[in-house]
Amino acid sequence: MIAIRNLSHRIGGATILDEVSLDIPRGGITAIIGPNGAGKSTLMGLAARLIPLQDGRVEIDGQDIARTPTEELARRLAIVTQRVGVASRLRVGDLVGFGRWPHHRGRPGPADHAAVEHALEAFDLTALRHRFLDELSGGQNQRAFIAMGLAQETEWLLLDEPLNNLDMFHARRLMARIHALSRAGGRSVVMVVHDINYAAAWADHVVALKDGRLDFEGAPREVLTGARLSALFGMEIAVEEIRGRPTVLHHA
Amino acid sequence: MPDRRLLALAAALLAACAFFLFWGLKGPAGFILELRATKLAALLLVGAATGISTVLFQTVTGNRILTPAILGFDSLFLLVQSLLVLGLGGLGYAMADGAGKFLLDTALMMAASLALFSLLTGRGRGDLHRMILVGVIFGLFFRSMTAFVLRLIDPSEYSVIQSAMFASFGSIEAGHLAMAAALFVPVMAVIWRLAPAMDVIGLGRDSAVGLGLRYDRLCTLALLLVAALVAVSTALVGPVSFLGLLVSALAHELMKTPRHALLLPAAALIAGLILVIGQGVFERILGLQSTLSVIIEFAGGLLFLYLVLGGRR
Repeated sequence: MIAIRNLSHRIGGATILDEVSLDIPRGGITAIIGPNGAGKSTLMGLAARLIPLQDGRVEIDGQDIARTPTEELARRLAIVTQRVGVASRLRVGDLVGFGRWPHHRGRPGPADHAAVEHALEAFDLTALRHRFLDELSGGQNQRAFIAMGLAQETEWLLLDEPLNNLDMFHARRLMARIHALSRAGGRSVVMVVHDINYAAAWADHVVALKDGRLDFEGAPREVLTGARLSALFGMEIAVEEIRGRPTVLHHA
Repeated sequence: MPDRRLLALAAALLAACAFFLFWGLKGPAGFILELRATKLAALLLVGAATGISTVLFQTVTGNRILTPAILGFDSLFLLVQSLLVLGLGGLGYAMADGAGKFLLDTALMMAASLALFSLLTGRGRGDLHRMILVGVIFGLFFRSMTAFVLRLIDPSEYSVIQSAMFASFGSIEAGHLAMAAALFVPVMAVIWRLAPAMDVIGLGRDSAVGLGLRYDRLCTLALLLVAALVAVSTALVGPVSFLGLLVSALAHELMKTPRHALLLPAAALIAGLILVIGQGVFERILGLQSTLSVIIEFAGGLLFLYLVLGGRR
């Protein structure tokens, strides 16, 4: 469980997060939804200690992240962010290989190579492994970074908008892969999603943020209602049940 | 197994060194060889220090255009020098010429550059335009301050500092060389241990922290080492602005790898090759003394323009 307690964050004079407290359950997929600027990425960044904590506490499986060595956290939690600026000229295989760093710290062994192979295969990257990142499309790039997170083989996998840049085919494939990881792989996945229908289809738990506060949370079937979503995004949103799933009709 | 490209570079460098030492050897061979060997060692040391410090610096700052020299690091060194002359007086400065002064130089340089770095790498990290602007402004500031300090000191004391002002591969003192080497070796040992972690640093802050690296501490340490290397190189031959840029670009182009265990030796070898061949050709064949730095600055300057004007995607 990731326990977030009274988390507040300010940048300059602006309040990004305001006294957020919530529990992200272990196992399954947790989707974080909310309008732009709701503080979703900041919440993830704080929980993954990418951003220094200002106010509040985060515990991962009972361990306070402020007191746990960062090396140890890297073996329990992996995060893939949206904005990635890589200075080095990297091949896909090298990038995914970096996911093993927390385990080998510079001296990769056979187990590390196997994990990299597995991650490359899982995201259809085996054929692209010798290509440079700057020769890839946005979606292929995205998949390479997620594969790196997978290779880290952590219990927790945090993905910030993993579906960005992906076409329908790869988006669904990625979600199916993540879903399988969260089931058979026993991993807990937390992801920021903009398309509510993906959250409705795949997530086990939904957390909604608005203006830096927790708006609602719960099982998708219970909380993804027209009234709640309309209030969350400030627009008229109809939710219909199609094939037993809540489906958001937001285009018209 | 060592990389083939590194072996080829090393072989080329060996050949260049042989050319430098033995070409046109006339007269008292022992005396000339000793002279040439000193100069050769200095060229190799300066090359390694410049190449390695530039690659490290570019990894830490996350760009391929800026180098310590472009950000006015060697101007900072000159300022430190002239302040020392002002403070100690020319005689004191000349008297202090020795291990103590060299260490003091380096320590001052490291402290000053750390302050400059933290200004550059704090919140503005990744903002290339801001870094270039700040770097250019500080470079100019340091040069003007140096000029100002030089006006304050006695003309006779000015001559003491003058030799440090211009890049010169012509005259190198054996004593300076020994001290530079004494500082260079431990610095290199630390860098070699850091090399695998620097590969991860190259991924950028978010990824590096996510992979469990103590990012800020490592960056500060790496920048301190860069400052020490810049001090070593500038103390030996004076400022060479664009050599580092040239070498780092060539090393990245040749090796095409994120691994610093390959990039750093490549940069050191390439820099050595450029300096040894350049100096050798100028001295032995063209019979000139100190125009190598001009050529390097010219080629490096062109490359800098090419990079800034968007030669890279």
